[in-house]
Amino acid sequence: MSATDGAGPAAAAAEVVRLERLCDQVLAGLGAGAGIEAQVIATASRWGLTRFANSGIHQHVGEHTVTVSLQAAFDGRVAAASTSRTDDAGLYELVQRVEGAAAVRPVDPEWPGVTPPTDVADVDHADPATHEPAPAARAAHVEAFVAAGESTRAAGYVDAAGTRTVFANSAGHHATGSWTRATIDGIHQTTTSAGKGHQTSRRLGALDGGATGRRAARLAADSADAGDLEPGRYAVVLSPECVATIAQFLAFYGFNAKAHLEGQSFVELGEQQFDEAFQLWDAALDDRALGLGFDAEGSPKRRLQLVTDGVTGNLAHDRRTAGRAGTQTTGHAIAGGEVYGPVPTNLFVGAGDAPDVGALVAQVDRGLLVTELNYCRVLDPRTQVVTGLTRNGTFLIERGEVTRPVTNLRFTQSFVEGLGPGRLLAATADTRFADGEFGPGMVHCPAVRLASWNITGGARG
Amino acid sequence: MVPDATPDRRAQQTVTGRRQVRQGTPVGCATTTRRGRLFDYAEAAVQGALDAGATYADARALLSREEAVFARDGLIESLRTDEHAGVGVRALMGGAWGFFATNDLTEASARSAGQQAATIARASAMVPFPDVSLTDVPVVQDSYETPHDEDPFAVAISEKADLLVGVTTAMREVDGIAVARATQRSWSTEKWFVSSQGHRISQRLVECGGGMDATAVGDNETQRRSYPQAFGQYATGGYEIIRDFDLPAHAPRIAEEAVALLSAEECPTAESDLVLESSQLALQIHESVGHAIELDRILGWEAAFAGTSFLDLAKLGSLRYGSELMNITADATLPRALGTFGYDDEGTPAQQVDIVRDGTWVGVLSGRDSAHIAGLPPGGMVRADGYNRLPMVRMTNVGIMPGDSSLDEIISETRDGVYMSTNRSWSIDDKRLNFQFGCEIAWEVKNGRRGRMLRNPTYTGITPVFWSKLDMLAGPDEWVAWGTPNCGKGQPMQVAHTGHPATPARFRNVRVGVRG
Repeated sequence: MSATDGAGPAAAAAEVVRLERLCDQVLAGLGAGAGIEAQVIATASRWGLTRFANSGIHQHVGEHTVTVSLQAAFDGRVAAASTSRTDDAGLYELVQRVEGAAAVRPVDPEWPGVTPPTDVADVDHADPATHEPAPAARAAHVEAFVAAGESTRAAGYVDAAGTRTVFANSAGHHATGSWTRATIDGIHQTTTSAGKGHQTSRRLGALDGGATGRRAARLAADSADAGDLEPGRYAVVLSPECVATIAQFLAFYGFNAKAHLEGQSFVELGEQQFDEAFQLWDAALDDRALGLGFDAEGSPKRRLQLVTDGVTGNLAHDRRTAGRAGTQTTGHAIAGGEVYGPVPTNLFVGAGDAPDVGALVAQVDRGLLVTELNYCRVLDPRTQVVTGLTRNGTFLIERGEVTRPVTNLRFTQSFVEGLGPGRLLAATADTRFADGEFGPGMVHCPAVRLASWNITGGARG
Repeated sequence: MVPDATPDRRAQQTVTGRRQVRQGTPVGCATTTRRGRLFDYAEAAVQGALDAGATYADARALLSREEAVFARDGLIESLRTDEHAGVGVRALMGGAWGFFATNDLTEASARSAGQQAATIARASAMVPFPDVSLTDVPVVQDSYETPHDEDPFAVAISEKADLLVGVTTAMREVDGIAVARATQRSWSTEKWFVSSQGHRISQRLVECGGGMDATAVGDNETQRRSYPQAFGQYATGGYEIIRDFDLPAHAPRIAEEAVALLSAEECPTAESDLVLESSQLALQIHESVGHAIELDRILGWEAAFAGTSFLDLAKLGSLRYGSELMNITADATLPRALGTFGYDDEGTPAQQVDIVRDGTWVGVLSGRDSAHIAGLPPGGMVRADGYNRLPMVRMTNVGIMPGDSSLDEIISETRDGVYMSTNRSWSIDDKRLNFQFGCEIAWEVKNGRRGRMLRNPTYTGITPVFWSKLDMLAGPDEWVAWGTPNCGKGQPMQVAHTGHPATPARFRNVRVGVRG
């Protein structure tokens, strides 16, 4: 196995054929019969990561892995298993484990059955050059990022991931897809401060380590020797990173149909829960999106409008929640979704018309400019009250200008209330992939200006 | 992109998505993985790295299995087993690390992985890090297995399912409960470790645990109670751990408490004496001590993601971390605790290290490379989440030594305070200083007695200030090694299993009742 054997068209084709054989082998091992339903997902992943700290590369890793996941129902008795052992023995034991577990499980009255043969869009979210780049290509981005700070220390990572997936089930439904993602994410640090830069793209070659590093170094320098700030309510300008975190929390805890069915979601369909300027949708097939065109149940992904002009419109469903709610899946099943529910992971937040973050700052009489939200935790899912901290560059805005850096601040704030009617005052026209609390590549969004944010603590406690 | 070589398949898929299952090799005549070969694969990986120029290499061949049973509202929600097998190899070349992993368990693939690790290490020289050197450790050839009475994988899944279905049914029988959940998880992790220095260590770690929770939904909020702790209690050992929980005995109580919380008074906003139940103190230790004392964070290696630490090595041995009641150790040898093992993933023997002694900071969590930089003995605290992840400094069992009081005595000696139990939310800044925790439940304490129930309790503080307020600590009878199976760190996020011995404790004048 060489460092480049997965990138070319012939290698890609061979790998997909191999994954299909794995799926077929597992389905054949289960055997056909009345009352037996099964779905298999075989995934081949190539992933390389270059981490740096104290301005040098300190962790540098790569992996080639293949995993096979099986979920099967025997007259409604359901079990699931996965393995990375793809030889005959591993696949045999995979089937045995599922059969053995299902045999002792009661019938699942909510088993929705497997996905029938369905059109799946032929999306291509993969960049062959990113599928398996040489480690030196990642290191070159690191080199540029580090060099962007003259007197600062840099830390962060560059990674490139490529995945090929084959889905097959006992109903004859089949889907194949591949996608790539590359990210540069890092900070520059002074002795008293840090600033962050981030880029995510389908293509490693589209990243700009120098530009990302310069943004981080400038934020670090600007936020040096920060002072504390009294708790209270402040107007805020939030970077795309902050907006991504908010969108992810709304999606995971709110637009998740399982949470809604259990009465644990804030979502009230058809209600004006957000500012009329707020638009939120999920669109895996968007030209800018990352990921596959089908979900963990093999269902096709299509655009799902979650919030239109501030009115909550739809929930994300998988087959199980759709069955309970008497509707159709929206293609948002995730692995483990029987426990966690369906989750939108290709989110887009609507843009505004402000030319840049500076224009948002200019509109604020007194408030905060926040680079990143950190360590966010939900205090109550129903109200979406979340506590967390600011990080990597927080600044006081006075009379339309940034006047001084402030220390990292703790907030305790309802995300729904923060975006509520009358509170989303402006957004930038530019949108980009931003790094949120649940990771990069999930949210494409602008920077925003909000009327109020509840700061509950600072460096003194 | 669907490969060009199979246009017929793409066309077929786009039109209907339907495809006939081709008959692959039938599954049914296989043999199990030959464990005896796994040392060979690890050795091949190390040799591959050395042949490619590495000055040091180590490799872990690994076979791990997890079984998870989730129940909800009297039904089995999920029943699954996951298995991972592969080899990961770490190579040191020119003072820089490279790492590569593959699930293809053959000698040729393992050797290739070693070569890849060396290639990656060579590329690190483009942006050099201070040269890595390893502190010496004993070269060991040994084996270790977690002591256990009843292998959790030998217990019928039906028995586990019946237990969880039963307790979730019992919780749902309490009026007002909207969701009742229960979980059991078991892990078996077998590792074969080889280093170019001559280590050859096999281990089997056995872990299991679980728990249950009940959620009540009110007009505009939810309330949840859990047992034995939030997200369940986990330990190293056999199924006897789960039997000891006696989940059925606690199901009605926690369900009734969840419902009662909906109508309880809100925790007041105040500066108050704070009594913490031991599982919450365990998480307080995890977040405000355990992560802060990780040497890689102190050295800045995790700065971008997990953050650094407020601790400065120049103050090791003199910094006041808390009151004199505060004695913290990191003990990877503690029986049954979740952070217990025989050897870490660098082949260093498990050991106990003093971290805070009589309130003064005296120790760190370290591995061979970080200890060398700091001039400290290696702590044997480096572990990886699977064969395909790079080992890094992780907590073992970081816990507080018991005092000489009891929860009853703490309550009886508190005039005006709040007693909080069971974690609900946790957040702390990137230097491990500014924290805010929420708990599931609290009770007012007035004149030495536990009073009315309080909902939505939270408290906040700054780490060394908070620990300086510790003034009462329960004794050995109430000392519990709580397990945290979801400790996240690193990029990509690696999950580690850590343990945190703790007792109930009291802290004076803490800010409670932070509102959103």
